[in-house]
Amino acid sequence: MTAQEVDKKKMVVVEGSYAVAHSVKICKPNVISAYPITPQTHIVENLSQFIADGEMPDCEYHNVESEFSALSALVGASAVGARTYSATTSQGLELMHEVLFNVSGMRLPIVMTIINRAVSAPINIWNDHQDSISQRDTGWIQLYAEDTQEAADMTAQAHKIAEDKDVLLPVMICMDGYILSHVYEPVVLLEQDLVDEYLPGYAPVFVLDPKNPMTFGAFAAPSTYTEFRYLQEQAMGVALKKIEDAANKFNEIFGRYYGGLIDEYETEDAEIIIMAMGSIIGTIKDVIDARRSKGEKIGLLKVRSFRPFPVEATRKALKNAKVIVTLDKNISIGLNEGALCTETKACLHNTNIDAPVIGYTVGLGGRDIPIHTIENIIDQAKEVMSSGITVESQFTDLREDLI
Amino acid sequence: MKIAPGGVCKPGTTRVNKTGGWRTYRPVYDYDKCIKCKLCELLCPESSVLPKDDGFYEFDYDFCKGCGICANECPKQAIEMVLEEK
Repeated sequence: MTAQEVDKKKMVVVEGSYAVAHSVKICKPNVISAYPITPQTHIVENLSQFIADGEMPDCEYHNVESEFSALSALVGASAVGARTYSATTSQGLELMHEVLFNVSGMRLPIVMTIINRAVSAPINIWNDHQDSISQRDTGWIQLYAEDTQEAADMTAQAHKIAEDKDVLLPVMICMDGYILSHVYEPVVLLEQDLVDEYLPGYAPVFVLDPKNPMTFGAFAAPSTYTEFRYLQEQAMGVALKKIEDAANKFNEIFGRYYGGLIDEYETEDAEIIIMAMGSIIGTIKDVIDARRSKGEKIGLLKVRSFRPFPVEATRKALKNAKVIVTLDKNISIGLNEGALCTETKACLHNTNIDAPVIGYTVGLGGRDIPIHTIENIIDQAKEVMSSGITVESQFTDLREDLI
Repeated sequence: MKIAPGGVCKPGTTRVNKTGGWRTYRPVYDYDKCIKCKLCELLCPESSVLPKDDGFYEFDYDFCKGCGICANECPKQAIEMVLEEK
């Protein structure tokens, strides 16, 4: 039997948030601290239910008054050697901004699920990637999941990567709000015996302990501050390999694989390569299948790790492309392009890959990205291939009637 | 000195990590005016006024940041703040 057939027998239909909460439970965290916020609430509701039901005897759930406090509580918990978890979204994540830097700077391997949601104003509770992308430079590893199974499985991978002694960086597992968090679909819930084999207990390098006093996150003057940042950058470099290792080891034990830093779909001979992150990947694959059956050479590069950015892997995957298309559910206002577009262009500059990169801002504030939108984008990319680039980056499906 | 990831260190590293370099003005005693009233020692926010055996005081320039509180509060104007020049 192939791995997939084995999986089918084990599958149950649950909500995406439940699948993630179940994974968190199986990873045996010692402290969870979170504040409810739509559309993340179901994860922490499920977790507090598990705890109330006595299913997580070694875990404390901290009720706090804000997201700022939620993450701050985990700073202390992680420093004393606890495996720690939180989840948030949108405004909650933005409120954590200051603490995010403290966590990464103190090298605390906290794992947090981000249910991606648009940010205010205007208020909007639906999905896009502006919340997590806006935290790009906080020193957290950022992984983006394509479906609920990947988001659930990524939880175990995230702990493994974060807690590696050569990494010690916090990880955000990003999954699309509603599209993944609230969808009910068949998934394999993580098995305790396999996770115990995959993920050893957290063995901290340093422990905050009154019997052996240590200062965490000490003051650093201009004479030493730079070197702390350098060490974080070095750890991100190490994480590039550890993210691949974690995915491969997971495949070995569980028989499921979604790519390491990136995943390639029909890229080998592709003239047009579409790059994207998150749940939109499935839609793009469908369009590519249809186009391939007509003989069109279209491929997909799924970016799974946005931080660390997989520069080498991206260059390798794109080396024969004639046109590169980036789809971004976020925008840097004032540059008129999303982060994936900017970073892709940056990683190709100073190389001999001179294929045009065209960027599309899609799906802001939860707007659907139907198949015909991807079809139109591919048609425009084909035009760029034949007659050259005219517009570098643009809004997609803009409703001119509203403006 | 070596740094550890996360800025983790044992207590007391400020003994190695000298911070007197932040100072722009350096306090200097005029012992002829000093009446050993102890105000400078009590008011120094950085514990950088150290008593000497003869009852007078001296500054610990490794950690004095030059805030000037001592000079401002001295009832006898026995402390002068002198510009640090290289």
